[in-house]
Amino acid sequence: MATTIPTDPMLPEPYSVREVAKETPDTFTLRLESEGAAVKHWFQPGQFSMLWVFGVGELPISISGDPALHDRLVYTVRSVGTATRSLVNQRVGESVGVRGPFGAGWPVETARGRDVILVAGGIGLAPLRPMIYHVLHNREDYGRLLILYGGRSPRDLLYRKELASWARNRETQVLVTVDYGGPSWRGHVGVVTTLFKYSRLQPDRSVAMVCGPEIMMRFVTRELEIQGLSRDNIYLSMERNMKCAVGFCGHCQYGPHLICKDGPVFRYAQMRLLLEKYEL
Amino acid sequence: METLERVIAEHPFFVGLDDGFTNLMVSCATNVRFNAGTYILREGDPANTFYLIREGKVAVEVLAPQHRPIIVSTLGRGEILGWSWLVPPFQWKFHARAVDETRAIALDGRCLRTKCEDNHDLGYEVLKRFAQIMEQRLDATRLQLLDVYAVRR
Amino acid sequence: MGGDGVSPQAHGVLQASQLGKLLEAVRRKGYEVIGPAVRDGAIVYDKLGSVKDLPAGWTDEQEAGRYRLKRRNDEALFGYAVGPQSWKKYLHPADVLLWSAERQGGTFRILNSETHPKHPQAFLGVRACELAAIAVQDRVLLDDKYRDPIYEGRRAGMFIIAVQCTQSAATCFCASMGTGPRVQNGADLVLTELIGAKEHRFVVSATSACGAEVLAELQTAQAAEQDFHEADAAVAAAADEQMRSIDTRGIKELLYQNFEHPRWDNVAARCLTCANCTMVCPTCFCTNVEDVTDITGDHAERWRRWDSCFTQSFSYIHGGSVRTSAKARYRQWMTHKLGSWIDQFGSSGCVGCGRCITWCPVGIDITEEVRAIREGGKNGNP
Repeated sequence: MATTIPTDPMLPEPYSVREVAKETPDTFTLRLESEGAAVKHWFQPGQFSMLWVFGVGELPISISGDPALHDRLVYTVRSVGTATRSLVNQRVGESVGVRGPFGAGWPVETARGRDVILVAGGIGLAPLRPMIYHVLHNREDYGRLLILYGGRSPRDLLYRKELASWARNRETQVLVTVDYGGPSWRGHVGVVTTLFKYSRLQPDRSVAMVCGPEIMMRFVTRELEIQGLSRDNIYLSMERNMKCAVGFCGHCQYGPHLICKDGPVFRYAQMRLLLEKYEL
Repeated sequence: METLERVIAEHPFFVGLDDGFTNLMVSCATNVRFNAGTYILREGDPANTFYLIREGKVAVEVLAPQHRPIIVSTLGRGEILGWSWLVPPFQWKFHARAVDETRAIALDGRCLRTKCEDNHDLGYEVLKRFAQIMEQRLDATRLQLLDVYAVRR
Repeated sequence: MGGDGVSPQAHGVLQASQLGKLLEAVRRKGYEVIGPAVRDGAIVYDKLGSVKDLPAGWTDEQEAGRYRLKRRNDEALFGYAVGPQSWKKYLHPADVLLWSAERQGGTFRILNSETHPKHPQAFLGVRACELAAIAVQDRVLLDDKYRDPIYEGRRAGMFIIAVQCTQSAATCFCASMGTGPRVQNGADLVLTELIGAKEHRFVVSATSACGAEVLAELQTAQAAEQDFHEADAAVAAAADEQMRSIDTRGIKELLYQNFEHPRWDNVAARCLTCANCTMVCPTCFCTNVEDVTDITGDHAERWRRWDSCFTQSFSYIHGGSVRTSAKARYRQWMTHKLGSWIDQFGSSGCVGCGRCITWCPVGIDITEEVRAIREGGKNGNP
């Protein structure tokens, strides 16, 4: 019988790589399953794990899978350095160490009964995907779902087939744009904030969740405010250097906050003044 | 059927415009419709019209050799297409193609330029609004240029 | 078995010549005694063989960027302030093996490592500021969302013999931080050294059950009103001697609101980002983890090492570090230590020991930096 095995947050558990799917030329999605007795995985959308490659290093990676599927942990990883490269080069059958899940996730409960606006930039769609799954599995509990997604170029877009299938849900609108269209792209071109005009927002009954590079989150939150949302109804996922994920190493400090414990998801009201400070 | 006057007055670009000015604008305006795929304006052509987009989507494009045209920006409902009519040499710098069926109000740029020269108060109202559009477009373009999703080495 | 805050259960006066008996009594209870000793021109903490290892007759002369040992004209055993090390050397060690792992078939196995010292440790010579620092680290490493098992294991077995300061160094400012020189809670035994032309004694107070047990085994004279009076006066004199201070009123808001104060540029021009201050600071707790393998690649280890927010790589995320300038890093350290620490842990991170001032190679004085920001008005504008 499947049970939740309490794990020591400081020790990695070996997980087996079951699938490595290529999303874009530099981004891969890994599906991991526990090697121990059948374990049920619980995580909140927006939480992250620390993934360890034997002898190489450990990284914080947001969980990007479906929170309703308890037999697996799914991560979308962009290869940007030594550690991420070794992670995406894992073969099926190899083992990766997992610690977690850690952190405060997206406001799943607060958003109930309201319209949900998800704005993603680049790899930022990965930490938002569990929220999308959650809303679609619990459609009656939420109002309209608006997904705004901006990528660098068409070949850098994640989850293209899923984006199309999400758009087919009732009361769901999916809008995608790129910074550089290239010769074959016939869709929107421009930064993700240019997509707002194609949607009809009801700011008083909306909760927005934003994830992407910090510059992108700054101009998106500004636009959300112009659209009429209050700062308490806008949430961001922040990122800083992380080593321990349990509040001891001090690396993830951001002003008075420790991103591993107080975040990575924060209300914009808490972040607004901090985001303006250069080299904070 | 809506009058052209009301459509102009209610278009986001002209909200707050004095009734008298709206009348002046109306005399330079016509309703237009473009089928999907039609080129609304072409690079190099004289720029004497601008469009208030009412419905649809327009792609601003650059033609490059050996490629299909490259879209640099897409515009939609409520937005203005074209400002080269306002500044010399009054020539379009890009192509603009209706991606979907697009309805717009076409304003005769030459006619409006003359009216603005004759009535500087009208000219100021028009320029104020264009300055705001340009600022927004410039900001958005700069953000596009930042290439925020790229991997920095 | 640290001090459990009970009111002193016993007092006594111990002759300095009998201090060795105290060490023996502590050893009989199974403790390894760590205490101050002179080495390499400084007073450092190390295993004590006997009282002969103590820095008898030595004092320290400290100023911004300066530390020298000088001979005293008496044989006081604790006649100095604090050296470059603090007790975090033992409680929150600089290099710890967290765990090791071995490849096994297609997977791996984690082997948890035992990191507790073989014997429980007794710390002799703990100053009031150091006790305050231990309490600060307790809050960070034991009393937050997670508990650090390494710190917990070392902390649980400790026996603390505090020695109150009867003199201050020029860089001390514990009085203004409310952490000393009088010892408050947290010790098992509290000693005050009284030395004169004709006598040399310690007034001893037991402030825990363990401390009382040890005291009971010693031959001590009854402590009289006069003894307490002299001890209090000596400690008060140490407080009066202090020349530096920080006005901590509203200091968190002061630092938060002065993010762009020109003083940061001023200090950045001097700061070498050498990280000395974070190494000597008794409350700095930041660490790094290092994953290593052996040559075969079958055996991996994860080590935890002290780290410092002054390093370039501390704030690195893909694309670069967030705090690249020295200005940003100094500002981060000082704002955290004096300001955001309060939001995170409920108290200041600074205990006023003055080590950062003494051991800064260019003599940056945190008390002076605070004063400059306070006096400069908001962001340097009056």
